[in-house]
Amino acid sequence: MKAIYSLILVVALILIAIVGAGLLGIGYLFGVIIPYLAVLVFVVGFVVRVVSWGRSPVPFRIPTTCGQARKSLPMFKDKWNRLDNPGTKLGVVGRMFFEIVLFRSLFRNTRVEMHQGPHIAYSSSKWLWLFALMFHFTFLLIFLRHMRFFTEPVPGVFVMMDQMDSMFQILTPALYLSSVLILVALGYLLLRRLLVPTVRYISQPADYFPLFLIIGIVISGMLMRYIGVFKTDLMPVKELAMGLVQFSPTVPDGIGTTFYVHLFLVSVLLIYFPFSKLMHLGGVFLSPTRNLPNDSREKRHVNPWNYPVKFHTYEAYEDENRKAMVEAGLPVEKPLEEETEETSGEEASDDNAEKKE
Amino acid sequence: MATPKPDILYRNISHKPPAQDWMDLPLEIKPGRYCYSVDPSALEAVGMPNARVWNPLDEDWKLPENWRKTFLDGMKDRLERFRSFKVFMDICVRCGACADKCHYFIGSGDPMNMPVLRAELLRSVYRGEMTKAGQILGRFAGGRELNEHVLKQIWYYYYQCTECRRCSVFCPYGIDQAEITIIGRELLNLLGLQTEWIGKPVANCNRLGNHLGLPPHTFKDNIDFLCDDIEEAIGIRPQPTFNKKGAEILFITPSGDVFAEPGIFTCMGYLVLFHYLQEEYGFDITWSTYASEGGNFGFFTSHEMMKKLNAKMYHEAERLGVKWILGGECGHMWRVLHQYMDTMNGPPSFLEVPVSPITGTRFEHAASTKMIHIVEFVADLMKHKKLNLDKSRNDHLKVTFHDSCNPSRGMGFLEEPRYVINKVCNNFFDMPEGTIREQTFCCGAGSGLNPGENEELRMMGGLPRANAVRFVREEKGVNMLANICAIDRATLSASMDYWVPEVSVCGIHEMVANALIVPGEDRQTDLRGEPLPGKEDE
Repeated sequence: MKAIYSLILVVALILIAIVGAGLLGIGYLFGVIIPYLAVLVFVVGFVVRVVSWGRSPVPFRIPTTCGQARKSLPMFKDKWNRLDNPGTKLGVVGRMFFEIVLFRSLFRNTRVEMHQGPHIAYSSSKWLWLFALMFHFTFLLIFLRHMRFFTEPVPGVFVMMDQMDSMFQILTPALYLSSVLILVALGYLLLRRLLVPTVRYISQPADYFPLFLIIGIVISGMLMRYIGVFKTDLMPVKELAMGLVQFSPTVPDGIGTTFYVHLFLVSVLLIYFPFSKLMHLGGVFLSPTRNLPNDSREKRHVNPWNYPVKFHTYEAYEDENRKAMVEAGLPVEKPLEEETEETSGEEASDDNAEKKE
Repeated sequence: MATPKPDILYRNISHKPPAQDWMDLPLEIKPGRYCYSVDPSALEAVGMPNARVWNPLDEDWKLPENWRKTFLDGMKDRLERFRSFKVFMDICVRCGACADKCHYFIGSGDPMNMPVLRAELLRSVYRGEMTKAGQILGRFAGGRELNEHVLKQIWYYYYQCTECRRCSVFCPYGIDQAEITIIGRELLNLLGLQTEWIGKPVANCNRLGNHLGLPPHTFKDNIDFLCDDIEEAIGIRPQPTFNKKGAEILFITPSGDVFAEPGIFTCMGYLVLFHYLQEEYGFDITWSTYASEGGNFGFFTSHEMMKKLNAKMYHEAERLGVKWILGGECGHMWRVLHQYMDTMNGPPSFLEVPVSPITGTRFEHAASTKMIHIVEFVADLMKHKKLNLDKSRNDHLKVTFHDSCNPSRGMGFLEEPRYVINKVCNNFFDMPEGTIREQTFCCGAGSGLNPGENEELRMMGGLPRANAVRFVREEKGVNMLANICAIDRATLSASMDYWVPEVSVCGIHEMVANALIVPGEDRQTDLRGEPLPGKEDE
């Protein structure tokens, strides 16, 4: 049901764009106002969220150490796991690089198998890692590839990306490898949510909605490029895009409805982004279990809100236990007062005598 | 309710989630899986709020009138004070990588024991009460209102998390359920929803210096008894000192080890070792009856309580005028010492950077905190060949090692214990990859979840560890499960009895002391009073 609601929501968004931009022809709203608004919300929302995280301090140094620590003793030096248990800031940069670029933690993933037994086994399970990586990298590539719409002349790097992505020259215009791969990856991520019982159980509308939204963006983009009736003339699209980035927006004629659907879904994604789990893009950099070196015994970490806490001092402890301490032969700071010495002193020595027997 | 037999318990584990959405699941607090509520006197003793008699099984928990506001204000306050908490509330994508990493989920199949859903219990309140989307869209945005049902759910399941951090190893964003549980329990404690098995030790530790509530003379007596036992086993009586001013080093270890088997054998191990070092090298170490607790159940209560109890260590070190502090084998104790102590109660300017008086090694990695782990200290002694050892005395043991959660995932303390074990025994076998080192499984009852009444839960949580032990038992004939944690020694003894009864449990220093050739000794037995290999017939 959660998946269906999310799907309906995305379909409704598509209909809004078809009706608004296609039938009613309010291209300016869908081609200029909403995209501007979306970028504004995205940028401001993203910054506000990251700043609000940043305003909360990191009171304790709590890295999750995933390997042997640096210098405990010289003899373990060659066993030090620099990447998973960094001891220096430079090491943290390395850890974060592998975490963010290669999803190192997800690479560890295992799956539990309950056999007849009692017997439990753990098998390596790298599919999630593989498809997540595939999704994120193709998404990045597609995003960068789109920069050729927003630049004139188009920098060589974007042209090269475009050429590499379409190097197989299947179909005309040439099929982008990234489009196929991102659909495969999105398909896996969606099917996994729908079919793996535990993952289905933990999934919420907020997990399905962005998946359907991005699938909608990819498919509308591909329709525009490859399928006859949906094809859109690229020249006016580029004109619109250039107008947007040069802050002199115009809405040229001849832009197909599919393009407005595509652009509207992208706008919704941008607006939704800062308020959603998609903010993991920013949050992953700020995770205190990953971005701190494991050196807290060597260098003191300061907690900005550390406040004094009253504790039970030795003086108070001795005051409460002095008699017993003296009797047990434990040293004390202040001598025992005369009056209390007599009676219980003997009891205690009797006790001691018993114990020796 | 009696805990079912192992094969029945195992057969009943199903990882298939129920048909009902988790937000609609009724809450059934099951005997055998929850801990008893704290006696109000224990809360009053340390000035904690809303002390009262209440029972988790009752409908009415006698919550204070403004409990919702207290909880939500507390939550907002902690979102401002802990970046970890704030980021972890916001960025989970529910990828499910953590789901089957939790020992309680593996052993119970209860869907709420998937770390992601345990976190969602608080996240749903965060979204429903504190974000616009959650307030308007409610459940569609994953938001819920905080009501008594939700609060009880949080209580029940935040005392089914041992803060072991295994989930955080696998999370692509490093979301650490331990951190969320720590803060969740802190919020529950604002409402007096503490458990007896945590609250009582906290009160004891505050007043008398140790969790067991042993007054000074009893603490000393207990150690004297252990000295008696040592004398019987090796013919020599150690002469430990207590509260000795001007000693070079202060020794602090969990009080559980002076009290119950098999921890007492570890403690006897320390005593034998210190005696040896004193005789051979003039080693000068003292025990404190005031700071007689290494463990810190305040860590399972609130950050403030952790600081309050931990403060005694530096306070006592300063009073006694020691140079540095040596810490015994313990798990969460070492996370507190490694990641929190200096920040909370430091810097200890009155102490010196720890230097081994025997080898001269300067422990630079503890340059600020000035406290080192006894396994580090002993590994260094062994490296410099300062201990006269006879490994063969442990030949009757086939040993495997359980990495405690906190030293592995909070310190990276992986090679040190293995080094020491390999120096004192000939038969060491690691458990399979994926169950040790940073991926180690919890013993099943860390973070104050080791009372008697939640036995079923403990056996469920202990299953993944026991399963790996059984593997090396079958493959290599392992009969001893070594570890460096007092809670492990208590918990694993019970879960081994239940799942793999052929395997015993010991601390590393028990084996060290058994292998140590003490001048003038007359040994027929090990510290447990059992004949040494080759002396069975004598």
